[in-house]
Amino acid sequence: MRESISIDVRRSQLGRARGVGAGHSGVGHWRSERITSIALVPLTLWFIYAMLHLVGAPQPAVAAWVSNPINATLLLVLIFITFQHMHLGLQVICEDYVSNKWQMTLMILGAKAGSLVLGLLASVAVLKLALT
Amino acid sequence: MKDVRDALMVAYTSDGKTVRRPLSPHLQIYAPQMTSILSIMNRVTGIAVSVGTLLLVWWLVAAAAGPGAFATVQGFVASPVGLFVLFGWTASLFFHFFNGIRHLAWDAGFGFDLPQTYASGWAVVAATAVSTVLVWAVGLWLL
Repeated sequence: MRESISIDVRRSQLGRARGVGAGHSGVGHWRSERITSIALVPLTLWFIYAMLHLVGAPQPAVAAWVSNPINATLLLVLIFITFQHMHLGLQVICEDYVSNKWQMTLMILGAKAGSLVLGLLASVAVLKLALT
Repeated sequence: MKDVRDALMVAYTSDGKTVRRPLSPHLQIYAPQMTSILSIMNRVTGIAVSVGTLLLVWWLVAAAAGPGAFATVQGFVASPVGLFVLFGWTASLFFHFFNGIRHLAWDAGFGFDLPQTYASGWAVVAATAVSTVLVWAVGLWLL
């Protein structure tokens, strides 16, 4: 026996669904998260290799290594994609565990702002080392 | 039903009875499995790697600032707290790296059988442990 399902609403169903769950841009977010993670596979391996190459190196050696255009470019790509992936991931964690909508929005914006500032700071440092 | 979203909670059992879907098991009565622990570890290590990027940014900014600032970072990294942070970051990065590949395989539709899920889970744990120890051994040997 199936119980009859009635819905007691005054707003339109579309109006209720809008802005909830898949009403956002979930596909784009999901896809960006996967694409950045695929890109990070080779970049992370390169980064670990680079860090082992530079372990214990003094500042002039690090500066010389970053001034190589290939290293500088790969570092910039790594920084850009890392912080992109990071803010996408932090956003999902905020959405899942912060139930207060205002708090959630503020925390997501904070994660975005933090990722942006840290990414830019790291990029400016790399560019300064690369271009001087 | 007060809200259209409640429609998502309606389900039917195999003998046709209407039931309200159960909610997620409560953490305090939910018996942890290896798979669920690795699942939450993916998020925990994701946050840990995010926090660890502060060290990377500091390292790069200090290298750009000059030898004095760079020596400060090197001093911190060589301190007991710094070594602990760097080791935790290495382990978290490797776990998130290998478990991320496991997730990408799932996204492509591979490895959903329960035995395969456990096998890939243990492979992630083993790969994380081996890689972390190996990278630190090589790093300390190169130092």
